Amino acid sequence: MAEPILTARMEAHPADSHTMERYLATGGYEALRTALGKQPEDVAVEVKASNIQGRGGAAFPTGVKWGFLGKATPRYLVVNADESEPGTFKDRQLLERDPHQLVEGTIISSYALGVEHAFVYIRGEYARPARRVQHAVDEAYSSGFLGQDILGSGFDLDITVHLGAGAYICGEETALLNSLEGKRGEPRIKPPFPAVEGLYGRPTIVNNVETLSNVPWIVTNSGHKYSLIGPEASAGTRMFSLSGHVRKPGNYEFEMGITWRRLIYEIGGGIPGDRELKCWIPGGASAPWFVPGHLDTLITKDDAAAQGSMLGSGAIVVMDEATNVVAAAHRIVKFFAHESCGQCTPCREGTSWLERMLWRILNGHGRPTDIDMLLDVSDNISPGLRWPPAMTTICPLGPSAVSPITSIMKYFRDEVEAMIAAAEDSPAVEEVAVG
Amino acid sequence: MTARHAPPTWSLPNQERARKMLGAYPDPRSAVMPLLYVAALEHGHVSDDAMRQVAELTGLTSAQVSAVASFYTMYKREEVGRYLVSVCTSISCFLLGADDVLDAIEDETGTPDGERSGDGVFSVEHVECLGACGGAPAVQVNYELVEGVVPDKGRALCRWLRDAKPDTVLGDEMQSLFGGVRSFEWGPRENEGAVAAVPAFGPYGSAKGAR
Repeated sequence: MAEPILTARMEAHPADSHTMERYLATGGYEALRTALGKQPEDVAVEVKASNIQGRGGAAFPTGVKWGFLGKATPRYLVVNADESEPGTFKDRQLLERDPHQLVEGTIISSYALGVEHAFVYIRGEYARPARRVQHAVDEAYSSGFLGQDILGSGFDLDITVHLGAGAYICGEETALLNSLEGKRGEPRIKPPFPAVEGLYGRPTIVNNVETLSNVPWIVTNSGHKYSLIGPEASAGTRMFSLSGHVRKPGNYEFEMGITWRRLIYEIGGGIPGDRELKCWIPGGASAPWFVPGHLDTLITKDDAAAQGSMLGSGAIVVMDEATNVVAAAHRIVKFFAHESCGQCTPCREGTSWLERMLWRILNGHGRPTDIDMLLDVSDNISPGLRWPPAMTTICPLGPSAVSPITSIMKYFRDEVEAMIAAAEDSPAVEEVAVG
Repeated sequence: MTARHAPPTWSLPNQERARKMLGAYPDPRSAVMPLLYVAALEHGHVSDDAMRQVAELTGLTSAQVSAVASFYTMYKREEVGRYLVSVCTSISCFLLGADDVLDAIEDETGTPDGERSGDGVFSVEHVECLGACGGAPAVQVNYELVEGVVPDKGRALCRWLRDAKPDTVLGDEMQSLFGGVRSFEWGPRENEGAVAAVPAFGPYGSAKGAR
């Protein structure tokens, strides 16, 4: 296994990894000095050479995204710290335990991109992480790493920390930009992409916390060296959030390319009570589920895709043999129904129809026609029920709600059918009709 | 746009916060969300007056501000208890018994999900994923986190809030008294916390030092 990059400092210095003093004592802000000694384009070339892919969920190559940035000024960099995908808590640890790593990555990236004002959009429920980041920003100002003429380079940068207010959809980058502009967090139709027309209509890059936290290491050690970590198409280490029915839940940083078996049984310590594994979600609540037959496949972007799912936000939620999978699917669909922004009909109506159908199946009111209806409504949200999903909506939230439905139908259809067969009553259609 | 000032009825620290927020963005409209938090601090919740004042400050109409406020669950447009107890019931917390934690907290406080207790001490709500999945089940009080909360500890937490009536809600204190498994090591104790159901974030929130 590769040495940790993102968690090295917090592992070695748990008492004060978040402080400027410790950050400086462990080589902090040296990468910024290195970067400021180069031309901005050369720093961007280094990040591109790393082959790092965005760590927020979409896994788009960061260097390529940067390459799309329009030349008009002013332009902006926005750090996406709106971590809200159920199962995901990795960015929270990076924000709380090593905020200077993110701040330095943001300053270097702003320099590379010709940005003079960057924003950190942190979800509102992350009050403590936001305090840590604000404190780190304040320290960076007073140390001359932010503000005017940073370290005598002539480069100016301000960072504003902005809190969200409880809307999952703001993790979608165009919804985030609307929110940051003081509007409802509704996704925008793309194109134009933010790199061309983003915040206030200006060229804007939105990058995830974990992505930017890697930048100081890349600048210090070279993009080429980063690209050599892990499998070719999934470069670098990643933070994985492990939760659910495992003995050792937590965030783990490792290079991609290990097996799910190793993650769940060695790193995660296996299932409590020595119960059997039933299934797991491999990449956040939006991802189609895996079952024990997938245990020996590799954790890479391409392998997950070949098996019909994704690594997404890096969140693994493990379910043991005693899990009521219909209840689990219902809980996830309920999340998406609640978080739908309401712009697109298939998502706004479809997700709550799915939620209500699953609810009645769970509560002994399921009807024999419900399975077909679940699949039909799902197909209206995401035609063909294929992976990656087809879209009828502006953003992927609607199709995300389909993943748990197709998962239980693929692997546990007998359990759904048994629940419907055992239904005690089937009330008149009018009483529980969907729509 | 002319310079705009927070209402003179606002506390001086909140007027100063408003001034800073309006200057923190290239477009003052971006200050709407921070200002809604400041206004909630002033009024106890995002009242109609609060929305009107934010509209004045940012040059928007009340309808525009209300459209924003109603989009986000953390802007409480009705009166909220002194302690807002938010129980995560999303997938990871659900798998580890979050529904039982919510039941216990509703029962102990006599406050159904989504409501405020008659004495104004508590508001109870279920919430979507809090990003504390490794420390499931998770609870927040005024947006300060406690991880690994089992039903009995959830009850004890509410009794403690009712009896001790802390002015400042501190995450570390609640975690040491009522918490269990954590998502990760939190590091050293922090003495900043929340004084209201608004995120304790100094630039525009309610952060205060330890008692």
